[in-house]
Amino acid sequence: MTLALILISIVVAAMLGLVTRNRWRIPLLLGSCALAVYAFQPVLPVRGLDFWLPTATLAFTTLTWILTTPREQRSWRINWPAPAILGGIVLVLGLTRYPGFSLHLTASRPPQTLQILAGLAAVALVAYLLTRFTKPGKVVLTSAFVFVILLFIVLKVPLLAALVSMGLRSLNHQSTSLALAQDLRWLGFSYIAFRLLHTIRDRQSGRLPAVSLSEYVVYVIFFPALTAGPIDRIERFVGDLRRPLTLTADDLGEAGKRLVLGLFKKFAVADVLAMIALNPTNALQVRSAGWAWVLLYAYAFQIYFDFSGYTDIAIGLGRLLGIKLPENFNAPFLKPNLTQFWNSWHMTLTQWFRAYFFNPVTRALRSGKKPLPIPAIIFVTQVATMVLIGLWHGVTLNFVVWGLWHGLGLFVHNRWSELIRRRFVALSPRWQAALNVGGVLLTFNFIALGWVFFALPGLSISVHFLRVLFGLA
Amino acid sequence: MNSTFIRNVLLKGLVLFLLFNLVFAAVDPAALGKVSFYNHLFAGRQRFPFGEDSSQSYNLSLFNLDAMFASHVIANGPKPADEYRIIVIGDSSTWGTFLRPEETLAGQLDAAGRSLCGKMMRVYNLGYPTISLTKDLMVLDYALRYQPDLVIWLVSLEAFPADEQLSSPIVANNAARVDALIARYNLPLDPNDPALVRPGFWDSTLIGQRRTLADLFRLQMYGVLWTATGIDQTYPVDYQRAQTDFNTDITFHNMQPPTLDESQLAFGVLEAGLRIAGGTPVMLINEPMLISVGENSDLRYNFLYPRWAYDQWREMMLARAEAGGWNYLDLWNIVPADEFTNSAIHLTPAGESMLAGRVEQTTLQQSCP
Repeated sequence: MTLALILISIVVAAMLGLVTRNRWRIPLLLGSCALAVYAFQPVLPVRGLDFWLPTATLAFTTLTWILTTPREQRSWRINWPAPAILGGIVLVLGLTRYPGFSLHLTASRPPQTLQILAGLAAVALVAYLLTRFTKPGKVVLTSAFVFVILLFIVLKVPLLAALVSMGLRSLNHQSTSLALAQDLRWLGFSYIAFRLLHTIRDRQSGRLPAVSLSEYVVYVIFFPALTAGPIDRIERFVGDLRRPLTLTADDLGEAGKRLVLGLFKKFAVADVLAMIALNPTNALQVRSAGWAWVLLYAYAFQIYFDFSGYTDIAIGLGRLLGIKLPENFNAPFLKPNLTQFWNSWHMTLTQWFRAYFFNPVTRALRSGKKPLPIPAIIFVTQVATMVLIGLWHGVTLNFVVWGLWHGLGLFVHNRWSELIRRRFVALSPRWQAALNVGGVLLTFNFIALGWVFFALPGLSISVHFLRVLFGLA
Repeated sequence: MNSTFIRNVLLKGLVLFLLFNLVFAAVDPAALGKVSFYNHLFAGRQRFPFGEDSSQSYNLSLFNLDAMFASHVIANGPKPADEYRIIVIGDSSTWGTFLRPEETLAGQLDAAGRSLCGKMMRVYNLGYPTISLTKDLMVLDYALRYQPDLVIWLVSLEAFPADEQLSSPIVANNAARVDALIARYNLPLDPNDPALVRPGFWDSTLIGQRRTLADLFRLQMYGVLWTATGIDQTYPVDYQRAQTDFNTDITFHNMQPPTLDESQLAFGVLEAGLRIAGGTPVMLINEPMLISVGENSDLRYNFLYPRWAYDQWREMMLARAEAGGWNYLDLWNIVPADEFTNSAIHLTPAGESMLAGRVEQTTLQQSCP
């Protein structure tokens, strides 16, 4: 996100927080979030797609709410403001294609009004049919879950994304030879998908609270957390949303602090480090091991300050709007082992995977007729979880290797902890401190080496850079 | 919500912001250029910082001469006693467009590892990609503090037109230095020329200087990648070769044949340069240029020069060199046409090698003090 968009978001959040009466809070938030979905979407080369993807975000979110909400809570009488606001926004934005109406809220000129009307009618029809003929049963929810996963796979597998782009270009009478996976950059979908999956799974397990359509949509597309998280839990989020909004000086102070800190981290630290951070070009140019380590460390800190800066901004914006978003980072590079690192790096993502993959798989493996030995279960679940987290970033071999690197690291640390817990008595505080410092350095360098696979696009270039790092090139 | 709290925060912020800006403007912000990690944490650059595609070339153009010199390897500590120091000044052909540092004239002379006057010959590239004698003069004036034993100064006719002397960005944005040179050497330049950028008080505040400060900071950051990779410009695999076919236009900077008006050429600036050098010998070189064989090449040597103007300028240079006893080398035609790259004065490594051979030969004949 650009600095200008962030500053506009701050102004919007401050105005909403300061002037909104509680009665209008959710409708205004809903409208702002829906507009943000369009405003944040980058320009795409496929004609109309940068309008249709945000529209699809709103449509899928609405349809998922229908599928996860019991019939008796889908009442039109309670929920009509949400479709009215969302439909109105889509229509108004569509009208900005005409001269004199431009609001600069869409990435490029919106499609023809008739097409938009047809799209809205199609969504309304599907919504009607789902409302009329479905209830949140096992088949429906599993289908919705699989649908989101499949959509995710299509967007993240470069070959599939390029094929879809070819198809869309063909429909638009655009050159198919120019189709690229990047043509389908769907802003925030990774996070939106996780929120949708979380609510579907919680409905399956009966833990999903009853929420209105407005509340649900605001939760899924809450604009401060749209592009880079954190991934909140719906029951916590809606609790804040329903609480009367009374901003105190403390709230404003905390919001201001996080915003300033976030802007500083992102634009003063991360963007400066980005100038010298490891990338596919300089990975092939660097001439000595020492400077290669400098580039790698710069990348490690750049990605941390960039991501945690965005999180601070999101938390600060959330505070202005009366929402206490969860923390996502807790000094991860100062942790003495890999397990603690993953408990303090992108915490809401790891909590998500723990809740919806690691724990269920572990339970399943332990409760089978012939349960695997504990170390084997730990190995399978940790490696599988980390590979999945890798794949969440992109379906490429390098992300798989990055996941394996961390999965194996976690397994080794788990076994090592088990070993020393049994063999060694408590150390003196001085030795413990020394061990901690050593642990921090070792963990940080292990993580930094993992970033090689994350920052570079292929295995051969990654191996080349690793050879440079160790003076073998 | 406490509105007094917000008001106080905003007021304090505003006061601090204004105060910080005023204090910054009161001190000389340009002097910040002398603060540099180069030659300490990072290797000194082999040539001045210059470039537009910073993310690819790990380099950038800036106007702060202090910063440019501080980032250069010539600023790496005091001159060793056993060093015979040669500085090479000139335009982009001296700086080395499309050439790696070791392929430039200075790079090749330095790599030769010759001794002169019982000392080791070290050659420093102080070329800068702008064709202007006044720019060369400014660089020379600054460079003398590094105690050169010999100055090699490459010039070409394009650096001479008087009306273009102040228009290059690096000259225009160093008005105070140009003023000092005009006053000291009575240069035939107008200090009131609107081309000279004269910053006001507000331009000196933190806000006014934000771009300059960002450039100084970026220069330091790119020191990491310069040291790590040795890259300071992009080297395109394919580029458009210098033009060899021309139309029939034979004007030169609004001058028409048959006579090149000597009064419109900045010989005064050139002579000031020779005076600035004082006791340091100066080898003045008419740098090689492309002699085209193409459409209308009977009218023009190349894109830069119509034949009539260039020929007359060469005659003027020779006459002045003889009269003034200059150490002057006219090497205008020593490089064949296929050893030029994207302009009439940019050489290939092989072209530079031909030039370096001739310059080295003459340099080794220098008399020792």
